[in-house]
Amino acid sequence: MKFQRKHILGLEELTAEEITIVLDTAVSMKEVSERDVKKVPALRGVTVCNLFYEPSTRTRSSFEIAEKRLSADVLNFTLSHSSVTKGETLLDTARNLEAMGAGVIVIRHPMSGAPWLLAKELDSSIINAGDGSHEHPSQALLDLFTIREMKGRIKGLKVVIVGDILHSRVARSNIWGLVKLGAEVRVVGPPTLIPKYIESTNVRTFYNLDAAIEGSDVIIMLRIQMERQESVFFPSLREYSRFYGLTREKLKRASEDVTVMHPGPINRGIELSSDIADDAGSVILAQVSNGIAIRMAMFYLVASAGRNQ
Amino acid sequence: MSILIKGGRIIDPSQGIDETGNILIEEGKIKSYPKTTKKFEKDPDVTVVNAKGKVVSPGFVDIHVHLREPGFEHKETIRSGCESAAAGGFTSIVCMPNTNPVNDNASVTEYILLKARTEGIVNVFPIGAITKGEMGETLAQIGEMYEAGCVGVSDDGMPVMNAKVMRHAMEYVQAFDIPVISHAEDKNLSGTGVMNEGVVSTELGLTGIPCASEDVMVSRDITVAELTGARLHICHVSTAGSVRLIRAAKKRGVKVTAEVTPHHFILTDEAVNEYDTNAKMNPPLRGNKDREAILAGLKDGTLDAIATDHAPHSEDEKKVEFDIAPFGIVGLETALPLSLKLVEDGVLTINQMISKLTDSPSRILNLNKGTLKIGAAADVAVWDPEKEITVDREKFHSKAKNSPFHGWKLHGSVLYTIVNGEVVYTG
Repeated sequence: MKFQRKHILGLEELTAEEITIVLDTAVSMKEVSERDVKKVPALRGVTVCNLFYEPSTRTRSSFEIAEKRLSADVLNFTLSHSSVTKGETLLDTARNLEAMGAGVIVIRHPMSGAPWLLAKELDSSIINAGDGSHEHPSQALLDLFTIREMKGRIKGLKVVIVGDILHSRVARSNIWGLVKLGAEVRVVGPPTLIPKYIESTNVRTFYNLDAAIEGSDVIIMLRIQMERQESVFFPSLREYSRFYGLTREKLKRASEDVTVMHPGPINRGIELSSDIADDAGSVILAQVSNGIAIRMAMFYLVASAGRNQ
Repeated sequence: MSILIKGGRIIDPSQGIDETGNILIEEGKIKSYPKTTKKFEKDPDVTVVNAKGKVVSPGFVDIHVHLREPGFEHKETIRSGCESAAAGGFTSIVCMPNTNPVNDNASVTEYILLKARTEGIVNVFPIGAITKGEMGETLAQIGEMYEAGCVGVSDDGMPVMNAKVMRHAMEYVQAFDIPVISHAEDKNLSGTGVMNEGVVSTELGLTGIPCASEDVMVSRDITVAELTGARLHICHVSTAGSVRLIRAAKKRGVKVTAEVTPHHFILTDEAVNEYDTNAKMNPPLRGNKDREAILAGLKDGTLDAIATDHAPHSEDEKKVEFDIAPFGIVGLETALPLSLKLVEDGVLTINQMISKLTDSPSRILNLNKGTLKIGAAADVAVWDPEKEITVDREKFHSKAKNSPFHGWKLHGSVLYTIVNGEVVYTG
């Protein structure tokens, strides 16, 4: 089976086979990143535009490095959050970029579904770099890649996702991917941040961190958005941290070789106690470098699918 | 000028009529139901409409329409809205006050009625605002708007959150015997929601509007109606909870009526998939359990009327991110074929369906329309319930094309719409 998608919008629409193709392709891309000359000509002559409506230096840099390692011409277009509702419409902006020759548009947008609008209306390939509370496919793929690398498999693993599931695109994409590849997924957090209907995605809901962690192989900690504090989801960061922060004590309930992951940036002492953050440091940094390989794989597959069509 | 509608199946629930026959219209009024037609057919002053095999009913009455004028003429005007209504078989429409300026005083009411008289081709009845500027704080000029021609008051889309203000509105309107019309929604519970809260919103990562947001407000409004004795009309019911609350209130004798839109009895929130902004409306499309409860409510009479909540928006406004697209879809030109699905599916008889589009909504607002009684204004719709149609938004008479039903194959086509004895639409 081949990868035949023009766009990568989310993991909900990818099959287990397609996800595996991306992960396998990333293995060879990682090898490129370990060479002295970290460059291949796969995207030579292709203009890739990074259209970012949210400030995200990390994700954008990771995409940009991936693009450059594949020899693409890179155009960065960063717009302020407020330009979503004021000024030019998303479609008009994207059409301008297309007119400049962008064959691939990488879009990060604060509103769920924005990449779908572009995929429907434009000819360019669209890669979703995170839309609202919906999906963040490159992050989930790199998490899957990292898990597979650490554990040698995904099927049958007990994976716990901790924190703000309600607003998290990382959680949604990870849930789709992990469940499709056969992991047993649990979500845990304060009931205000766990959507009532999340179990429809075949995950188990917990409100108690100790119970959720019991026997787990992988723990994915989500970043708490400090600004959400005001919107009455939980009383205080202190209380959140007490009930849902990961400490060495709590971690004892997990399996012995548990892997702790975090999409970054970490709020030290809130989601993770400082010592765990230090212990987990190597995995978290592995996530970052794997992110480049995964993004290279995404571009490579989308570009080859485009050429075949 | 006279019109003879010949040989149709005349269905007029206001008189309990369902029979094949003829209707003679003279001087804008229903003149008679002649047994024989020969002498009229020879008369050059009589236009003969052959309705054999077709249904002849009172023209439809839509008590929930947004005409957008004044202020938003790029979406719809009184003229284009009326043309859209006529094409859908509607002869009377009731327009909501959320224009710019808001219809919260008699001069705006008069402007709308003047425009409707000069440019409108169907009967237009305005609804006035409950509060000044629909701000929910102080009462609008309800008495003067009533005198100018408003048939009810509503802060549609901007629910009155303050129960005390709502109480005063419900007390005050009783001096004029008009109902308070409630878009029942707790704005705090809805928050920044853009679609129904459920499995689909969870998967799409869109903020949900829980059913409870409607239910708590229906409950509050029914309670305040009981306190005050006012007539309360609940707009566009979308939840099983609302149906249950309204059913129980009616049983207790509360003066409450309710309407439902075709999109809420046909579609569920699954229609939002792939972020279709033409499936974004408020209240949002709900789950299938809610839809089933609505069908039961239509069947047992809890829901009195079908109203479209015709909400035109320009294409540009809808072709944006789902979160910032405006709420609402057009409805006037798809209402008949969608309502006929209720008949096809055995939910309503054709007579019951017609009643929910004619005499029943008319009674809610005391419009004195929706009837073919001798002497009444000749507002008639002649239509073919069986003809297959494909909904084509490009053919809409409305300025707006925002319909989730584009491309649907349905049954039911309007052939003639007659208002005050004049043919205003021929299909």
